[in-house]
Amino acid sequence: MLAFIIRRALQSIGVLLAVGIIAFAMFRFAGDPVNQIVSIDTPAAEREQVRRSLGLDDPVPLQFARYVSRALTGEFGVSYQFRQPVADLLGERMPATLELAICATVFSLVFGILMGVFSALKRESFLAKVFQTVSLIGISLPTFLIGILLIYLFSVSLGWLPSYGRGDTVRLGWWTTGLLTWTGLQALIMPSVTLGLFQMTLIMRLVRAEMLEVLRTDYIRFARARGIRTRAIHFGHALKNTLVPVITIVGLQFGSVIAFAIITETVFQWPGMGLLFVQAVQNVDIPIMAAYLMLVALIFVTINLVVDILYTVVDPRLRATIRQPA
Amino acid sequence: MTEGIQAAPVPGAPTAASKAEPATLSWVGRFFDSDVWASFRRSKLTMTAAFVTLLFFVLAIAAGLISPQNPFDPAQLELLNSRLPPLWEAEGQRPYLLGTDEQGRDILSAVLYGLRISLLVGFMGVAFSALLGITLGLVAGYVGGAVDTLIMRVADVQLTFPAILIALLVDGVVKSALGGSLDAGTMLSVLVFSIGLSFWVQYARTVRGSVMVEKNKDYVAAARLIGLPAPVIMVRHVLPNVLGPVLVIATINLALAIITEATLSFLGSGMPETMPSLGTLIRIGNNYLFSGEWWIVAFPGIALAVLVLAINLLGDWLRDALNPRLR
Amino acid sequence: MLNRPTLLAAAAATLLASTALPAMAVTLRYSNQGDLKSLDPYTLNETTTLAHHGHVYEGLTRRGKDLKIEPALAERWETSPDGLTWRFFLRKGVKFHNGNAFTADDVVFSATRVRAQGSNFQTRIPTTAEFVKVDDHTVDVKLKTPNPILNYQWDTWYIMDKEWSEANNSTSPTPASATTPSYAALNANGTGPFTIDSHQPGVRTVFKKNANWWDKADHNLDEIVFTPIGSDATRVAALLSGEVDVVEPVPLQDIQRVNSSPNAQVLTGPELRTIFLGFDQTRDELLFSNVKGKNPFKDVKVRQAFYQAIDIETIKTRVMRGLATPTALMIAPELVTFSKEFERPKYDPEGAKKLLAEAGYPNGFEVGMDCPNDRYVNDEAICQAVVGMLARAGIKVNLMAQPKAQYFAKVLKPGNYNTSFYLLGWTPGTLDAHNVLHDIQGCRDNPQSSRGESNLGGYCNKQHDELTDKILVETDKAKRDEMMKQAFKLATNDFSYIPLHQQALAWGVSKKVKLVQRADNQVLLYWARKEP
Repeated sequence: MLAFIIRRALQSIGVLLAVGIIAFAMFRFAGDPVNQIVSIDTPAAEREQVRRSLGLDDPVPLQFARYVSRALTGEFGVSYQFRQPVADLLGERMPATLELAICATVFSLVFGILMGVFSALKRESFLAKVFQTVSLIGISLPTFLIGILLIYLFSVSLGWLPSYGRGDTVRLGWWTTGLLTWTGLQALIMPSVTLGLFQMTLIMRLVRAEMLEVLRTDYIRFARARGIRTRAIHFGHALKNTLVPVITIVGLQFGSVIAFAIITETVFQWPGMGLLFVQAVQNVDIPIMAAYLMLVALIFVTINLVVDILYTVVDPRLRATIRQPA
Repeated sequence: MTEGIQAAPVPGAPTAASKAEPATLSWVGRFFDSDVWASFRRSKLTMTAAFVTLLFFVLAIAAGLISPQNPFDPAQLELLNSRLPPLWEAEGQRPYLLGTDEQGRDILSAVLYGLRISLLVGFMGVAFSALLGITLGLVAGYVGGAVDTLIMRVADVQLTFPAILIALLVDGVVKSALGGSLDAGTMLSVLVFSIGLSFWVQYARTVRGSVMVEKNKDYVAAARLIGLPAPVIMVRHVLPNVLGPVLVIATINLALAIITEATLSFLGSGMPETMPSLGTLIRIGNNYLFSGEWWIVAFPGIALAVLVLAINLLGDWLRDALNPRLR
Repeated sequence: MLNRPTLLAAAAATLLASTALPAMAVTLRYSNQGDLKSLDPYTLNETTTLAHHGHVYEGLTRRGKDLKIEPALAERWETSPDGLTWRFFLRKGVKFHNGNAFTADDVVFSATRVRAQGSNFQTRIPTTAEFVKVDDHTVDVKLKTPNPILNYQWDTWYIMDKEWSEANNSTSPTPASATTPSYAALNANGTGPFTIDSHQPGVRTVFKKNANWWDKADHNLDEIVFTPIGSDATRVAALLSGEVDVVEPVPLQDIQRVNSSPNAQVLTGPELRTIFLGFDQTRDELLFSNVKGKNPFKDVKVRQAFYQAIDIETIKTRVMRGLATPTALMIAPELVTFSKEFERPKYDPEGAKKLLAEAGYPNGFEVGMDCPNDRYVNDEAICQAVVGMLARAGIKVNLMAQPKAQYFAKVLKPGNYNTSFYLLGWTPGTLDAHNVLHDIQGCRDNPQSSRGESNLGGYCNKQHDELTDKILVETDKAKRDEMMKQAFKLATNDFSYIPLHQQALAWGVSKKVKLVQRADNQVLLYWARKEP
């Protein structure tokens, strides 16, 4: 048991290191950062000076070693564009992204479960079919188009919701939140829906499938035979049983939501890490790109590790069946 | 976002489908004989979806014959005819049925050609990832040991990143590695490569799981006894058993790949504007949403949504149909 | 006893008075495509950043609404007869935002800091120029060679407070390689009309009015809230829905939509930036072409054919929606006196074909073209239009449109000028023609010299360069103008480049706001007035 956890943790570190190497190697090709640091009419001598000061002339392995050794001490360097420590920038932007990701997940959970339960219980009803089909549209249109259509409808035409940003935020220690102000809440609606739509579809379909299956099991039939009320069966027993896989999926998907926030944040000018990353890619701001990728990898690896450990703790059999289809 | 579908247990996956019967009947024979075909005939929605998908395929293949214009040939674009509305609007002009865009590109032709590009990217991406994934899955499952561990750990690393990030990175690297001279054809291969690389894990895991189950079965042992080489056993006996789940994954991934291409377009890594896919057309059209030139984005958008929806519906049905638990 | 109505009225009056006062505070919300990254005024030489800094910092000179040089922190200046010494008389009684007095020490300090490593403004002052403090309010600048345009870019060489910089460990600009943040990147202490209230890089910056500014304020704002919005559609949506008051830029296709909205309108005008096409004229064989063993662009006929094959009017009406000014010059007409004497050759596709045939390419040839797709107004669309037009003349152009990061990495000097045919835009930083003659049209055969560094195609004419050198030191304006004209004539006759147009400025402005649009595209809100 302990051995398993240690092995898993070691593997996770290996994964992180591999991601670091791959990511770092890739940045070597992302364009010349010097062009973004200085203006276009900068003399070549001045450019050369900048390039040397950044160590971009050093061999790649040396640059990587330098990067890793700094990263280990929590030092991700200074952003080329902002001239500020990357750790500070990411720290400042992280609450925005996490808040958006959490709201999107809550949205997808609430609506996904409701629609899923409904379409499982009233399988043949017209509304259930509508849910089934409409939910597919959520994954049939590119996210960016959905976002822009929402802006057009709710900001420009109706004037109900803000088109960009987070609204007013409240600072709680190092965390900033938009949940405590009216404008902050308004600003959260469209980005959360845009980001959560895909997950909602997923959860709805999962809940439906699981519900259908559970409802067929002997244990539910037995409960029904015992005369327990239908509603109690559906919500007390059947739904409860479907929630384990749903929560698993939500957990495993959380990293994905954060990654996909890149697009939502770009569309809504949401001041989160994803927007920072996109701007960094456009400006070849290597320190930000590298730190962001490492951070995403860290989040993924941590979630995976926790899920793995939980499975082993809760039920070793689950691990075998859900995690690895072998 | 693919992880959702990856992480969701693929119903009808190895355990259920492969235990059913040894691979004696041909896949096609079994198909028409099966409940699958019957369930297809039962569902009007599925039949519509199949029809739409087929229609789009035909349109894509015949694009060169039925389009009034070749939108990829700059000499055929007439700047003076740019931004014309569809024919039924007051300023519409023949032969531009669905209007033209900023460069004088006929929207109908652009959608047809774009459909071809999107399907091509989607299909080749899926084929590439399936081939890679199946091969690695077969090898990992059959050989086992260190090779298995290595492949599965690489898969883990791969899963660490969302597909869109991988595609974005691979795209960036290949582009820079190839240097300046990137024509549209190369771009297409780069897209196929980057999309393919980000989707293979699912196949590998599914196939590996199935192989692990199958390889200890008597018939495989028997085949080995009569001296069939390992690759032949794997391909001829093990593979047919996993085709069902692989097909389900592939269908869903086709839809995902097409959407991924569109999203990459939005982030600036898709097909170039001179050889636009549906995604590129939508990205371009996006800019004209507020200016009243709605047709530039509407028709590519509708085409993409209908196509992806139809493929998703097919995938959905296939998933249910191949899953005995839901029948 | 007071009767009730009176009491109520009195209460209402108090209420009004108390609520009306804060409501009077005028906040202008402004959004730009680009970010405000560092507040250090020496880290990035780029228009939007310069404009932002210009609200907080000031130079010895400034440029007015018509771009004329005006005195600012220097009240006046004079040049010695030999042109080697400039004397600047500084304004008295000016205070930095922290209350420190502005003196000659600050100027000398800033002159050193702006030329230090990590500064992107090193060329603002010649390296050999020496700054000498004469007294607290007089500074001499001693030069090695005369330089009539010495102070042309000093409106954006912002003066910093020596004491403040030293106290905060910011005596040199933060180099990109720094590992610790710079105080000056996050805080500002200038003499300008606004102070920085808060700055979240890339997210939001709040400017507050500087009540103690030395000059009379032209604006009525108490506060400016700046938010960058990168996505065009979102930025326009924010303007249409009234969430912001000023946006820059408005995409050309959305201008009509904005103008028809009740809230806002678009201010347009020609920008100083010239958009042009350039050819590789140095390599013996083009990097991206099917012509092997020779370089077709070395033949002036081919260059002329390309020029004549381009229908600039159609690009103007269709691609630029009328918002471009076709030009025959490589510099904005506003910046020179002789623009009327230059005319574009007529659009003549047949003539172009004939020229190509004469040059030995009756069936045309293939060439690769580089184009940015997020740098200039409709840049990729212009390139596509050019590709179509050249296709009719028999030239097959393979377009490679990329984001600016990759584009510039490829075509600029560090990328070894890796291009055969390209689109570029240029605004002379000095607003003087010498910059174009030297950087864009000068030969690049001497690797030691910075001449021609932005001449990506390597056009070269020795006679032109001799004139350029004379222009640099000529102090007689009439003679200087005449020589400039000759130099441009030489390059034009060589078909060195294909100038396309001046692109247009397009600022979205709420109907409640009045502001001044300056042709260098600096959004300067210290000239803005907003209805409260």
